[in-house]
Amino acid sequence: MKQRATKQRGIDHLAKLAVFVRPYWRRAVVSLILLTAIVLMDLAIPRLIQRIIDQGIIAGSQDVVIQTALWMLAISALSMIFAVGNNVFSVQVGESVARDLRDALFRKIQAFSFGDLDRQKTGQLMVRLSSDTSALQRLTQISLRIGTRAPLLMIGSLVLMVKTAPSLALMMVPLLLVTMGGVVFFTLKMEPLFRSVQQRLDRLNNVLQENIAGARLVKAFVRASHEGTRFEQANEAFTDHSVQVMRFMASMSPALTSFINIGMVVVIWAGGIRAVRGELSVGQIVAFTNYLLTTMTPLIMMTRLANVWANGIASARRVGEVLDTEPEVQDLSGVPPLPAAAHGQVVLENVTFHYNGSGNEVVLEGISLAAEPGETVAILGATGAGKSTLVNLIPRFYDVTGGRVLIDGKDVRHVQHGSLLALTGVVPQETILFSGTVRENIRYGRPDASDEEVVEAAQAAQAHDFILALPRGYDTRVEERGVNLSGGQKQRLAIARALLTRPALLILDDSTSSVDVETETRIQEALDRWGRDGGRDPSPPTTFVVAQRISTVLNADKILVLDRGRIAAQGTHQELMRSSPIYREIYDSQLGNGGQLAGVAGADPR
Amino acid sequence: MSYQPQGQGASSARSLLGGRRPASPGKIEKATDPRRTLARLLPYLGPFKVSMGLVLVCVVLYTLLGLASPYLMGLAIDRYIATQDLSGLAPLALTMLVAYLLANLFQAAADWTMANVSQRALKQMRRELFEHLQELSLGFFDRNPAGELMSRLTNDIDAINQAVSQNVTSLFASVLSMAGILVAMFVLNLWLALAAVLVVPIMFWFTNFVARYTRKGFRRLQRELGDLTGVMEESISGQKVVMAFRRDETALERFRQCNEQVFQAGVYANSYALLLMPITNVLGNFFVIVLAGFGGWLALQGLVSVGIIATFISYGQRFINPLRQLANMYNSIQAALAGAERVFEIMDTAPEVQDAPGAVPLDPLRGDVRFERVSFAYVPGTPVIKEMSLEARAGQTVALVGPTGAGKTTIINLLTRFYEVDDGCITIDGVDIRRLKRSDLRRALGLVLQDTFLFADTVLENIRYGRLDASDEECIEAARLADADHFIRQLPQGYDTQLSERAGNLSQGQRQLLAIARAILADPGILILDEATSSVDTRTEARIQRSLLRLMAGRTSFVIAHRLSTIRDADQILVIDGGEIVEQGTHQELLDRRGFFHNLYVSQFKGQQI
Repeated sequence: MKQRATKQRGIDHLAKLAVFVRPYWRRAVVSLILLTAIVLMDLAIPRLIQRIIDQGIIAGSQDVVIQTALWMLAISALSMIFAVGNNVFSVQVGESVARDLRDALFRKIQAFSFGDLDRQKTGQLMVRLSSDTSALQRLTQISLRIGTRAPLLMIGSLVLMVKTAPSLALMMVPLLLVTMGGVVFFTLKMEPLFRSVQQRLDRLNNVLQENIAGARLVKAFVRASHEGTRFEQANEAFTDHSVQVMRFMASMSPALTSFINIGMVVVIWAGGIRAVRGELSVGQIVAFTNYLLTTMTPLIMMTRLANVWANGIASARRVGEVLDTEPEVQDLSGVPPLPAAAHGQVVLENVTFHYNGSGNEVVLEGISLAAEPGETVAILGATGAGKSTLVNLIPRFYDVTGGRVLIDGKDVRHVQHGSLLALTGVVPQETILFSGTVRENIRYGRPDASDEEVVEAAQAAQAHDFILALPRGYDTRVEERGVNLSGGQKQRLAIARALLTRPALLILDDSTSSVDVETETRIQEALDRWGRDGGRDPSPPTTFVVAQRISTVLNADKILVLDRGRIAAQGTHQELMRSSPIYREIYDSQLGNGGQLAGVAGADPR
Repeated sequence: MSYQPQGQGASSARSLLGGRRPASPGKIEKATDPRRTLARLLPYLGPFKVSMGLVLVCVVLYTLLGLASPYLMGLAIDRYIATQDLSGLAPLALTMLVAYLLANLFQAAADWTMANVSQRALKQMRRELFEHLQELSLGFFDRNPAGELMSRLTNDIDAINQAVSQNVTSLFASVLSMAGILVAMFVLNLWLALAAVLVVPIMFWFTNFVARYTRKGFRRLQRELGDLTGVMEESISGQKVVMAFRRDETALERFRQCNEQVFQAGVYANSYALLLMPITNVLGNFFVIVLAGFGGWLALQGLVSVGIIATFISYGQRFINPLRQLANMYNSIQAALAGAERVFEIMDTAPEVQDAPGAVPLDPLRGDVRFERVSFAYVPGTPVIKEMSLEARAGQTVALVGPTGAGKTTIINLLTRFYEVDDGCITIDGVDIRRLKRSDLRRALGLVLQDTFLFADTVLENIRYGRLDASDEECIEAARLADADHFIRQLPQGYDTQLSERAGNLSQGQRQLLAIARAILADPGILILDEATSSVDTRTEARIQRSLLRLMAGRTSFVIAHRLSTIRDADQILVIDGGEIVEQGTHQELLDRRGFFHNLYVSQFKGQQI
């Protein structure tokens, strides 16, 4: 029962996606008309063969034989042309639908806010864009090519069977019903079998995957035989299920064929009796057997289509889920932009945040803070304290659950998001570089920046020197995911990229964790002198720094200590040393008796 | 007349078994030495000689029986219906029925048996492959990134699976049946047979013609799809940055261009690929027409009977279908051979150096470790370790300090014999580690790595990985000693919490505590530790620190150190740079020397003068 309910919903999803076929409905209709014409011609052939036999051979007329044969030739030539036309149109519709689906998905993903992206992983989205769209493309294409063909052929030949020999046709009815029952039976049984095999295969691949990814561990703990047992179990389970499915298929095809064969024998036998009585001609019997074949084979083809449909429905559901996602962060209609010459005053008023509104998991609560233009606010706290979330609220990557975020006195939800982003420079926690040269990567936020400006930004981010040491300097290509750069180098490129936009607001989300302390200090000094508006406005950006190292935050105008989503303390270094035990504890753990030797081992030699 | 009742439904459904890669006609990879690969594949069928014999007999039988029924039909028409003689019709119809049913039965039997044979043979192959993977050196895994290796293995095995499970018997049956039909046709009527055979070259020519363009089309489509995937992957994984820097338009533009290219390539490739079907249909019809027309004319001349024509038409249909499928089967078998060749390539990769005969046991272990003028290079010519000598006495803690790329990890790779030294030797308690059994050596060493690898299993099982025969209580005790018990109990199902593949439900610090628990459980004589540099908050860090100290007590420990406390408390600090030990001593000695270590140390505190 439950399964039926989900299936129903799947078909609804499929119906929803029908809008993607609509722009191409003319081509779809043409291809269906061509298909119908082909079916009619296919149906005519046995009829003509019958004519050759009865009126030609048996009646002894050579003219009829030749004439009919020529007719048949003409018809099948025409049928080929139609078939080619049908192909061209159905392929075009199928590919167009796939292209438009990809386009719609891609644009939807672009409209996603951070919250949406957190929930839908890149891998999943890639599957939506590739396998799922191609499953739907296959479904569209096959439906236009054979979807209507099978039922049309069946109905047509059924009608012709009745016309050729009504009493024989009547005898076929129970057989047809049994065959149909068989098809339904096999189709229903097949799906869960395939699913179980797929699960076993996933399991097998998982074991293999873990074994390969964890090769070092397996060797270190001498666990090869243990791994062998794990693999063997998965291997055995998969093999068993595969054999089962293959055996199922091995029985299905002959069983269904047997039904057709029985029909043939019945026709020969009962038809023969009638022929002897003079009720039927030999030609009619031959035609009838042909019609019988064309009635039954489409039924069996349905088992094949069933798979395409099942896959298509599953894909439609997944694609529909993505397309139906309402991005969390959206512009209200008619909101004004922020002025380009913003001061960069940031105020958080009693801000509360939980992810996805999941009530019980509060990430931030009762956060109030004010940063005046040009100030630097540092945020310190344990992992999971909510530091990243806090800074991500400022450029409205997430929407607050309660309270307000104000930029120059305006609620970020009441200004155009684009204009807010234009003022903000972000260096995310996870450094993401794109394929292209180093220069292109720095220029990413401002494609029209001059080479001099790029160098300036790189110098401020302390990246210039290492860039020059790269094989081709600024024109060195950043390999996939930046594997040819060290963590610290990537972080400095990301900083340069953000600086180049000359933002009024700068957000550094733990973005110097792989940079040694000395370099970090130099970056900070450069930031203090980094003017806005292409450097014309000398006031530095309002800066938010998330940090793990206490050395990063020492010189900030304000330091915020977060503890489990709440502000535990707030003030300058001196104030906090006096007033906050948590801050003192952190300070002691790093600079007192257990300091992290970042400059020695974690530092970047390159 | 275009439907083929047998096989098609089965084959499309079977492809779901693998399901990962649709066998696109464009991706035809050829094995460089198909004959040799085939010769290596065949032994996998060795254990199934009897079954294979059975399959062979069944295939021959059902092919022959398949040939009999059209003949019987013709006979019925000629001998009984046309002559109005009903006496023999019923027995003949019965014979036909029996022939049909037997043919189907034999086919089912053949496929039924083959299912078992093929899957068991593949299972054996997977098993051998897996076992060989366990033997391979770590260098192999370092050279072949996990993701790439994985997708290669699954694709290759899948290609073999597809070919073996659907094409081997049907290829054999097709060829057999085509040959049988040809013979039967010529026996029945020479002239009609000659007319029928005429169609064959035309068919081949068309198939070839279409296949050439199809292949070209799919190659292009594959290329364009690759580009599109690259663009999508980069854009989606970097979406947060794309958004922050408001580059949506540019990204969309790039995507659209690629998407359009894929569309065009797809239309081209698929249009050609699908051309094959109507063309063969028409040829099939043409075949029937030739037989009916020419046959009719022959019949009028009294050279052939109506029954024979009916038989020929029926044969014709059975002849065309296998012909049509041959192209597909050929591609699939080529892909399988190419896949098998790559699988064998991995199986041929030399395993780790075998243990020397007469290996010495390491019992009882004291834990004295010495490096004597050890040299090593991953790539010949670029040495990573140069004539390095060091000594760690039992129970000492040795801190390895130095910039990234200095060779710290390599030292550990050599000590664990993940890689073999090029020159010099490493001894434990005076025994060259090359004379030890590798399994003994590794059991004596406990590794806690920076990036903790966890299996998709429960927390408890992940800890037990340290010592498989440990009881639940021992695992929990180890967790307690590692200071991990507390957070584990807070997980939804405590020790039975299922960890996800990348263990996204645990923090970096928690994962490391599990690794420490694992090492405590393993109770190694010598400990090797790579301290985490990643941002772990201070409290977790302090906890890890405490657990580590407990673990290190009384054991010889090598630590790639990132924390000052570890370094200060170490019995020996080795400052490594460029594959050599540049300084060596205790914390105080090294500071007093005012050298490399001193510089690093001072630079650390430069930003902290308040």
